[in-house]
Amino acid sequence: MRTVYVAPIGEVEETVVDVVALALWSTFGLPVKRFPSLPDPAAALDAARQQYSSSAILRDLQLYCPEDPVKFVGITERDLFIPMLSFVFGQAQVGGPLALVSCARLRQEYYGLPPDPALLYSRVAKEGIHEIGHTFGMVHCSDAACPMALSNTIAQVDRKRGGLCDSCAALVHEITGKEML
Amino acid sequence: MKSHWHLMVVDDEEVMRESLAAWLREDGYSVATAACGRDAIEKAKEQDFAIYFVDLKMPGGIGGIETMIEIRKMHPDASVVIVTAYATVDTAITAMKEGAQEYIVKPCNPEEISLLVNRIIKVRELQRENVLLRKKLTRQYVFQDIISKNPKMLEIFHLIKEVASLKTTVLIQGESGTGKELIARAIHFSGARASRPFICVSCGALAETLLESELFGHEEGAFTGAKARKKGKFELADNGTIFLDELGDISPKLQVDLLRVLQERTFYRVGGTSEIAVDAQVIAATNRDLPQSIREGRFREDLFYRLNVIAIQIPPLRERGEDIPLLVDHFIDRIAREFNKEVSEISEGALKVLMDHSWPGNVRELENAVERAIVTAQGHVLLESDFSFLKDGQHEGRWEVPTDLTLDEIQNQAIAATLRRTHGNIKETAGILGVDRSTLYDRIKKFDLPRN
Repeated sequence: MRTVYVAPIGEVEETVVDVVALALWSTFGLPVKRFPSLPDPAAALDAARQQYSSSAILRDLQLYCPEDPVKFVGITERDLFIPMLSFVFGQAQVGGPLALVSCARLRQEYYGLPPDPALLYSRVAKEGIHEIGHTFGMVHCSDAACPMALSNTIAQVDRKRGGLCDSCAALVHEITGKEML
Repeated sequence: MKSHWHLMVVDDEEVMRESLAAWLREDGYSVATAACGRDAIEKAKEQDFAIYFVDLKMPGGIGGIETMIEIRKMHPDASVVIVTAYATVDTAITAMKEGAQEYIVKPCNPEEISLLVNRIIKVRELQRENVLLRKKLTRQYVFQDIISKNPKMLEIFHLIKEVASLKTTVLIQGESGTGKELIARAIHFSGARASRPFICVSCGALAETLLESELFGHEEGAFTGAKARKKGKFELADNGTIFLDELGDISPKLQVDLLRVLQERTFYRVGGTSEIAVDAQVIAATNRDLPQSIREGRFREDLFYRLNVIAIQIPPLRERGEDIPLLVDHFIDRIAREFNKEVSEISEGALKVLMDHSWPGNVRELENAVERAIVTAQGHVLLESDFSFLKDGQHEGRWEVPTDLTLDEIQNQAIAATLRRTHGNIKETAGILGVDRSTLYDRIKKFDLPRN
């Protein structure tokens, strides 16, 4: 049976990893396992931008990825980018095994506000579902309240619900071939 | 469904290229990548993309601007977004002047890119919708297999419906290539005889004796080689329609025979003695000026009046320019399907070339031109360059001042040609030639010039 592995990359709050694991288990109905912590992605740092290349981290993640059939999501506190864009909340291989989520811009502190752990957990759970959804071949949903909707701003992340819309849920059901939990 | 839209990312840096492509794929687009300008141009030859993201600076000879220029030669409406790490006013101006839709500096805000992509795709969707609506509109102007929105042609459509239910003889006149046979078929297939035979005879293609036997049939032994009795086209067309094309070219003897069939509705087979009755609608067509042929003694006046019960004069294509876009759309649709080519549109520049052409060969020439362009076209849009052969042809056929005629002869030729063009309209002819009407009348009378 296909298993989803959740791997903290560098120092990541325990609860964040647990929240993502729980969200993936309840959404995709597949066994979810916690993967041992991976080293801090220092090599992916772009000194000029003071951000981390998500493509480089995904490439490294491949080295630790267990044998198929699995989905492997890394969680990092580092701020991610791709060369074309000023930042990304995460990145995934559409239809592939690997995904990556950054907590950096999901924290209230990034926007100069006091910490809000509950809000952070809710955001990281939604982005975790979003990125793993991509690995199952799903693309952005036109329902702005669905976790599979495109989010370019934190406001767009907060507009999403915790669970998939009916059509995305049906798609997941079809893809995983499992009863929704 | 965004996956219908194919985008292309052109960048020599793999990380840049693949990460942007992956980000766009997450949004549901189908994305191709190219590592250099040359690769992008090759891929664009095979198919057009809804948006091209092209890096400004690429090593290996072809930079972003040159790549864009080459792509736009193939796909003039291509949406090219030039991407650069270092913005300068000069490069931005050059990019926009060469036709870039947008000029963006990386890294840019993801929301900005999303809005940009959505905006371009929205325009593309509207363009696609426009093409579909135009196709629907074309169907609205289709009568049987004839396409037109020209008022004279619409009158003809109306007349066809009227005469389709009658047995009246119809004479269709029009230049070569205007679709005389299509009109004849439309008359036949719009009426009660639609399920009966439609027999077509090209009178100009056959020698007199052969045509006679073809039309009326022959008895066994009627002439050398007549080994068996053969039914003629008139007999075959019984209860249906016989279409006599190029009738203006038939011999005097056959004109008499034909006159008899039209008057009596009976005829004899070649070598036969028994009279055969026929009940068929006769539709005749010619590109000749029959009144002129009558004056010259080459065509019987009584036959002309027998044929000319209902007259349909098809305007040449140069007088129904509004039909050119409709016809072109129709021909692209049909011919591209026949040839299995992915051509679906024509550029504005190419359509202008077609609108400006005089089309001496009329709709048939237009059809052939579109076919030739589709055969040689590289992309899915027909470009001005695909019709360059029209310009060459026009150059070859250009009128030159004759150097072996007297001034009187040149004047007479000019008057006769202009009268023909205006269908004998004195006022219009005088206006075109820049003389007053009395001078024109004097000239016509003095040199006995034909009025029509």
